[in-house]
Amino acid sequence: MKIYIPRDAAARALGSDDVANAIRAEAQKRGIKPQIVRNGSRGMVWLEPLVEVETETGRIAFGPMTPAEVAQIFDGGPLSLGPTDQLPWMAKQTRLTFARVGVIDPLSLADYEAHGGLAGLRRALYMDRPTIVAEVTNSGLRGRGGAGFPTGIKWKTVSEAKADQKYIVCNADEGDSGTFADRMLMEGDPFTLIEGMVIAGLATGATKGYAYIRSEYPDAVEVMSQAVEIARKAGILGPSVLGSVYAFDMEIRVGAGAYVCGEETSLLNSLEGKRGVVRAKPPLPALQGFLGRPTVVNNVISLATVPVIFERGAAYYKDFGLGRSRGTIPLQIAGNVKQGGLFETAFGLTLGQIVDDIGGGTATGRPVKAVQVGGPLGAYFPRALFDTPFGYEEFGAKEGLIGHAGLVIFDDSADMLKQARFAMEFCAIESCGKCTPCRIGAVRGTETIDRIAKGDAAAIPLLTDLCTTMKSGSLCALGGFTPYPVMSALTHFPDDFAPAMKEAAE
Amino acid sequence: MTASTAEILSRTGDILTAHDGMEGPLLPILHAIQAQFGYIPRDTLPVIAKHLNLSKAEVHGVMSFYHDFREDPAGRHVLKICRAEACQSMGADRVAAHAQKQLGIEWHETTRDGQVTLEPIFCLGLCACAPAAMIDGKLVGRIDEARLDTILAGVR
Repeated sequence: MKIYIPRDAAARALGSDDVANAIRAEAQKRGIKPQIVRNGSRGMVWLEPLVEVETETGRIAFGPMTPAEVAQIFDGGPLSLGPTDQLPWMAKQTRLTFARVGVIDPLSLADYEAHGGLAGLRRALYMDRPTIVAEVTNSGLRGRGGAGFPTGIKWKTVSEAKADQKYIVCNADEGDSGTFADRMLMEGDPFTLIEGMVIAGLATGATKGYAYIRSEYPDAVEVMSQAVEIARKAGILGPSVLGSVYAFDMEIRVGAGAYVCGEETSLLNSLEGKRGVVRAKPPLPALQGFLGRPTVVNNVISLATVPVIFERGAAYYKDFGLGRSRGTIPLQIAGNVKQGGLFETAFGLTLGQIVDDIGGGTATGRPVKAVQVGGPLGAYFPRALFDTPFGYEEFGAKEGLIGHAGLVIFDDSADMLKQARFAMEFCAIESCGKCTPCRIGAVRGTETIDRIAKGDAAAIPLLTDLCTTMKSGSLCALGGFTPYPVMSALTHFPDDFAPAMKEAAE
Repeated sequence: MTASTAEILSRTGDILTAHDGMEGPLLPILHAIQAQFGYIPRDTLPVIAKHLNLSKAEVHGVMSFYHDFREDPAGRHVLKICRAEACQSMGADRVAAHAQKQLGIEWHETTRDGQVTLEPIFCLGLCACAPAAMIDGKLVGRIDEARLDTILAGVR
């Protein structure tokens, strides 16, 4: 009997370790010796801990499991959900980047290879550098961290740069609220990220890589560190990648609780052991990055998508999506939502389809008031904009951004003035302090919103003006994008900014 | 018990040697020192600076930039409550206010008996099972006032 119990941080936060212990005890009581695999999460967080039992007809899901109800795994019962793959949430997805997450044992290389792992790297080993870069360019892959810069173009710049040492840096500083795709991937399928980094090394001539993981993700740090050791022993990392003439090795580094280090130049400073202060660009990190050398800085999901592009071919990947947003995107549906979790699909679903059909509306059962898309620097979308298709340009056209594809849903009890104030407060706390619009602007922004809250309508044009200054005058996205949540709240929910009117209505 | 200065400096020396040859070693060193002592003792800063050929001000500047590094020891237990948007949408502000009231402290403070330190945290990646918290490194999803009381009863 083979039983899968997730070791994903969300599943553990909902008690999967206690469930695992209860299952072991129950099995012992019945004289059964099950093989227990601690897998990643399938992404259906509302059903976690989601336990699966392998049968001749496939895997059967049970959830949300509690230690008191583990007997149902052996006897059946109301928590039995049927075959996992046939659950609507799973059946409706296109899982390319997340194909193995929740399916395999995250630290079993044999499992990894049996599910298509290393096929992409083996193909890339027989290609020359420009061909590898062209494959990525042709796939249409764009930076999944949020900026959406074409990955192939970044790789090309590094590949053509002349230097004695180049680097691949994986940005795993996933600080945006509402996002957890990087965490789930690192905990559920770490070898995919390693394979993607090795391919990036082959493409650019970089022989050293770093994965900079935030300290708030201890489980991901642990799984990734173990995976690097295993990959090194297996010859995937080291002086001769899979027996080839190419060398590539990597290290795991841990952040220290600074949100701004998710910005690539700040991350590089942090990696060098400096304060995580943003660098002015140019020079581009692709030419002068880590220790002043040519460096690819890519998000976890961008790098983890590379293996499947090489396994199935650029054309296969590019066929998914809409407009200039090609391939698939792991949507992270979070906050006040009935069915929250990770849903990988081709670009192009509308915001309404994601929130209402996939997410099933709010957890509280109240009407959806707003959805913040793209983290703390993303805009709040009202129901009136629910027809916006999910894509980089499509959200940009509505004064928003898709960022790292996290969606945080709020019900009608949300106070949008409070949310706007929080955006400014967060920017003030996390500002690196280098540029004035961000450092001073965020503090002034909180004060100005407090004035509005007290009924000072004259402060509204002041806030708008401040947002314009921050947007065009800040050095990086922290100060530059904080106006998105603030201005979208003000534009789409003006009633929340008119306390006098609100009091009269009450 | 806190370690003596001589002991701190000797263990710091071992940590520094263990990081020799590393590219950009300062953050890993500070993490290792905090893992060892629970905070970054002031006496270690000049030693780190000398070893890495930096000024003491530079090392202090790095240490103070990052929220994770403490200048002073924390309480016996550290409770972190997420303050980010996804958790807000599910009542994190209410849970945090409850914690502050029960403990009688504000953010970044430690209860007078030295048992619990309360810290805000911005996102634990548990946004689909919000609100989230972390007690001594253990994650808790869908926390509410009742679950918080149970946790606090366990550590006080």
